Amino acid sequence: MKLALLWTDILVWILVISLLTWGWVVSRSPQVKKQWHTVFKSSIAMASAIILLFYLFFTLLDSVHLRFSTQPTESTSEKVQYQEDMVSLLDLIFAHNIESTERTYSAPFATHEYAKSIVVDESGVTKQEYLPLKHVSQNDDIMMRSLFAIVTGLMISGFLIVLHILWRSRGNFRDELKNSWQGKTTLPWRTAYLTTIFLVVTFTWFYTLSYYYHVLGTDKVGGDVLYQSLKSIRTGVLIGILTTLIMLPVAVILGVSAGLFGGWVDDAIQYLYTTLSSIPGVLLIAAGVLVMQVMMDNNPGWFETTLERSDLRLLFLIMILGITSWTGLCRLLRAETLKISQIEFVTAAKAFGVSKLTIIRRHIIPNLMHIILISVVLDFSGLVLAEAVLSYVGVGVDPTMYSWGNMINQARLEMAREPMVWWSLFSAFVFMFILVLAANLLSDRVQKVLDPRNKS
Amino acid sequence: MSSILSVKDLSLIIQREKLLKSVSFEIKRGEIFALVGESGSGKSLTSLAIMRLLPDVVSVSSGDIKLKNNSLFALPESQMQKIRGKSIAMIFQEPMSALNPVMTVGDQVAEVIKIHLGLKKDAIKKKVISLFEEVALKDPHERYNWYPHQLSGGQKQRVMIAIALACEPDLLIADEPTTALDVTIQAEILKLLKKIRAQRNLSILFITHDMAVVAQMADRVAVMRYGEILEQADCEAFFNHPQHPYTKSLLKDAMGSKEDRETGGEPDRLLEVEDLKVYFPIKKGFFQRTVGYVKAVDGVSFSIPKGKTLALVGESGSGKSTIGQAILSLVHITDGTVKFENQNLGRLSEAELKPYRRKIQVVFQDPFSALNPRMTIGDIIREGMVSLGVGPKDRASQDEHIKELLLKVDLKAEHAHRYPHEFSGGQRQRIGIARALAVEPELIICDEPTSALDVSVRSQVLKLLKKLQQESRVSYLFITHDLSIVPTIADEVAVMKEGKIVEHGSMLNVMETPQHAYTKKLLESAPKLPNTK
Amino acid sequence: MFVYIIRRILYAIPILIGVNLITFMLFFMVNSPDDMARAQLGAKQVTPELIRSWKEERGYDKPLFINSRSEGIAKVTDTLFVQESLKLFSFDFGFSDANRDIGSDIKERMMPSLAIALPTFMIALITNISLALLLVLFRGSVLDTSMMIVAVMIMSISGLFYIIAGQVLFSKIWHWVPISGFESGWSGVKFIILPVMIGVFAGIGAGVRWYRSIFLEQINQDYVRTARAKGLSELKVLFGHVLRNGMLPILTGVVVVIPTLFMGSLIMESFFGIPGLGSYTIDAINSQDFAIVKAMVFLGSVFYIIGLILTDISYTLFDPRVKLS
Repeated sequence: MKLALLWTDILVWILVISLLTWGWVVSRSPQVKKQWHTVFKSSIAMASAIILLFYLFFTLLDSVHLRFSTQPTESTSEKVQYQEDMVSLLDLIFAHNIESTERTYSAPFATHEYAKSIVVDESGVTKQEYLPLKHVSQNDDIMMRSLFAIVTGLMISGFLIVLHILWRSRGNFRDELKNSWQGKTTLPWRTAYLTTIFLVVTFTWFYTLSYYYHVLGTDKVGGDVLYQSLKSIRTGVLIGILTTLIMLPVAVILGVSAGLFGGWVDDAIQYLYTTLSSIPGVLLIAAGVLVMQVMMDNNPGWFETTLERSDLRLLFLIMILGITSWTGLCRLLRAETLKISQIEFVTAAKAFGVSKLTIIRRHIIPNLMHIILISVVLDFSGLVLAEAVLSYVGVGVDPTMYSWGNMINQARLEMAREPMVWWSLFSAFVFMFILVLAANLLSDRVQKVLDPRNKS
Repeated sequence: MSSILSVKDLSLIIQREKLLKSVSFEIKRGEIFALVGESGSGKSLTSLAIMRLLPDVVSVSSGDIKLKNNSLFALPESQMQKIRGKSIAMIFQEPMSALNPVMTVGDQVAEVIKIHLGLKKDAIKKKVISLFEEVALKDPHERYNWYPHQLSGGQKQRVMIAIALACEPDLLIADEPTTALDVTIQAEILKLLKKIRAQRNLSILFITHDMAVVAQMADRVAVMRYGEILEQADCEAFFNHPQHPYTKSLLKDAMGSKEDRETGGEPDRLLEVEDLKVYFPIKKGFFQRTVGYVKAVDGVSFSIPKGKTLALVGESGSGKSTIGQAILSLVHITDGTVKFENQNLGRLSEAELKPYRRKIQVVFQDPFSALNPRMTIGDIIREGMVSLGVGPKDRASQDEHIKELLLKVDLKAEHAHRYPHEFSGGQRQRIGIARALAVEPELIICDEPTSALDVSVRSQVLKLLKKLQQESRVSYLFITHDLSIVPTIADEVAVMKEGKIVEHGSMLNVMETPQHAYTKKLLESAPKLPNTK
Repeated sequence: MFVYIIRRILYAIPILIGVNLITFMLFFMVNSPDDMARAQLGAKQVTPELIRSWKEERGYDKPLFINSRSEGIAKVTDTLFVQESLKLFSFDFGFSDANRDIGSDIKERMMPSLAIALPTFMIALITNISLALLLVLFRGSVLDTSMMIVAVMIMSISGLFYIIAGQVLFSKIWHWVPISGFESGWSGVKFIILPVMIGVFAGIGAGVRWYRSIFLEQINQDYVRTARAKGLSELKVLFGHVLRNGMLPILTGVVVVIPTLFMGSLIMESFFGIPGLGSYTIDAINSQDFAIVKAMVFLGSVFYIIGLILTDISYTLFDPRVKLS
């Protein structure tokens, strides 16, 4: 067994590390720390953050890929041979679901297939009947299993919460527990704990039952919808954050230089972003993706497995999205830099002979942080939603990749079926909705706290 | 005389904090009643309470306001709307933003006539024109169709007054009506208000922070502080026999102090400005060609000796701030020289300029934008020391030095770890001074350092500047529009108009025996306190 | 004013050249004419002669940027890039892979696109602004806060959901309107209603929030206080003063969109089978027809630039402070 990281895996972990570093830097500046404290004083923001963390957790689980060695059939072979397929930690957890593919559609918790099939019984009579599912036990005590799952979920979440309270209380556990229970803590920890309990219990329930049922049904080729939805989390979250991560340096560097240096630098940068933004976004993305497809077709040597191929395509898509989406932020930053560079504290710094780079680093960037942050959180939800639309248009992620867009796209074809096959669509929309809603609510709060115009 | 307005025991609260504490006063017919106080004293809130236009978060906890014996608080909102603009009219501090930018000024006056008097279209227009004539707006027929941005500040305030007078109100509330205006325009507007009062027998509630304006305008005065009225009296009695200690100190601060200055001494010239010109190009037309220049500074010469103060006085747009920027080498000098210790600064590159950056420093007007909100006070003061290599090099002794500087400007050593937003305007201005002092400059350009401050704070900051000058023989170029502080700080005065110095001389000569017509006009326009005591 | 417009149009030319350069690089550098010829002629007996004649037929035999065989100015002009750009600037879009005249296809498909996009735009504008004004009138009330929560919910749901749910409910279950299709003239209204309604609803969350924030920003301005001090009722303040001033920021966001309405909506048109430019684009993307995509990119940026110019002109109409000279 060896670790085999994909390109996007590496980027995700770089992102996590930089987020942690940023958090550490923030915790040292009392001013910024206080701002974030204010953000999370709202229980809606706290609950949203917990939900986002939950999604991030699945993204990270799905971002550690492993390659198992092939069974050494002959002991003579010296080099360890590895399997073609890469498997993520999430795949390992859901290994039972990957193996238990059905023949075709089945509804959530169903024991039989969704449509009648023509079968010929022993006596040679042809008839139509609902075939039983292969991997579902036909007579099962669902109540007992649910009870067991819920108790387990409560225990896991209880354990997490107790750990957190212990860490927070620093010795005075009983008081802290009481305060949390009564909602008397400065941050709304009670809300956070309740959200955690809800999420953990729901997940354990789903997970336990996934051994005996297809909790959210199966798709056309019998794949488990729950597994697909969970795998899609990584795609959605990656597109949401990596895109901003890629475009951020470009937007910041160009926006600040245009605003600060003026003259021909300003003209050139303005020309660049006006030109890029004058091309309709979807078309630019489509053109980029088409070209990328041609390139990848011409260079089959860039990837070994289908997984690597789809990963590379995801990476390219993220880059194309990044290229098309920096213009808006760049324009904002240019205007704001122009404003800030006229303010007297910048004049004071100039009067001290402070160099331009130091002025940017010390006086301009810190005062732009709120705009950058607000745009990062605002763009996130837009990008998650855009993924679905792009996949539908055919310029999204690789069709073999699990994504909500692909799920919707495949299920859409079955709309004409009577009665409707609704669960694939439903799961994709619900998983997407929860993520986007949480991101939107959090970004609202962040905007309210960080935007200086909202201070009275 | 009958009372037009009576405010009784008015108290306002926001959440649980008291903003106004049982304020009571009466205004009689034809009387100008001045409500004086520094920022945050609650004087503007009082006026908004009378109009019932308080922000939603503020609520009335007790008291009543009666207009000609009708309680305003008892009226339903629809009735109150009939009183606003008709019985009680109001003009505001900022004529720039108080008018709707996308409506012609004529329409804005017509609007109020239409809703309250219900006249026909022609009659309304006729009335608007006659109102414009009354407030002495030139070419009223033509001005009717102008937009606010086409008018000057004084003209906009005249339009506001026309709106207020349109429906012949019983009471006019004037909330700092001249604070944003230049001193000559202020004099005209004040004269206009007095004339209208006499013609119409109008009652005016005049809200201001400026004691000299009060002396000129008011019949009766009330002083407010922290939401309370401290003292109420007739104008004459008020200035002759102030009762409350706060009033006394306010009057003293407003008077300023003339101190005897040592004359003579060595003519050791620190800064010499010769025939300085700063032009900004105007670009127009198809290819954005330069078609002309705005002559912001047009041939200015002066010099400042070591340890002395030159006050550069002028109204907005006179080019006085541009001179400051030119000395700091922050704008491009079109022509002329700026010599510091006999070195022409205009010829130096940024690197060669560095030693002079240390010697010339600046203190700004707006204490809120002069300090980077994301840096601690310590880091703000440290920045110049590090950049210009002044003072100790290691952090610990720098911290020690910063503490000394803070103590020097009457702040506390522990303030070094705080952020700008935790300080008041006056404290921030002290931080700005400490920042300039950190690099041990020889010349400090003070660009309107006190004009955003309250009277009492202003005099403290001026005292501090003078103390520092005595201690370290630093020179000041003191840029201001406010003549009243010139005697306190200046040794020499230069009066500027449209980019040129029209009069230049010693402080006493310029202030007591002005030669140039413009200087005379400025001095006459400035409201003065009665010579008491 | 006239001079200003001319100048703006001249400014637009370098931007359009830039757009061409981007599309040109995307399509020709990566996907060379040789590749295109091979893909077009099929993988079967492709001979160098066949490729050459295919390229000559289409004028693809010239070098990309610099023609070293030509003399003088022709070094630059007698190249693929300049020839292709000139064709686009004269709105000569050439032929698609299926050998159809792209120009006439576009003309034909513009009207159906507009039939969906224009009503959606108008109705959305009116509903969003009226709802926003209503919320501003009752700002801080239960109505305001609860509607804002609903708006976030509406924003957080994928647009695809509204389309699918709408089709299922109104067409499949209730049979109120046909599920897809298009007819020109009044008989086509039944096809238009559903996509228009869905388009309006999907944008209502973001729209109302945006307009509301614009109006709220205006309502704290000094001139609104003056208007109240004049004795105007809250309604008159809103409609007479706040709305008119709020129009300015709204114009920047709205006018620029109007010309691009011709481009149609990709998703709507493909779901509802509207034969407009949106579905045309999608089909082109799916069949990898570069000629059509290129034409649409150029057309889209032309419309966008027209939108920018219109925005500037509309400013002079609504904001007396702006004078174009």
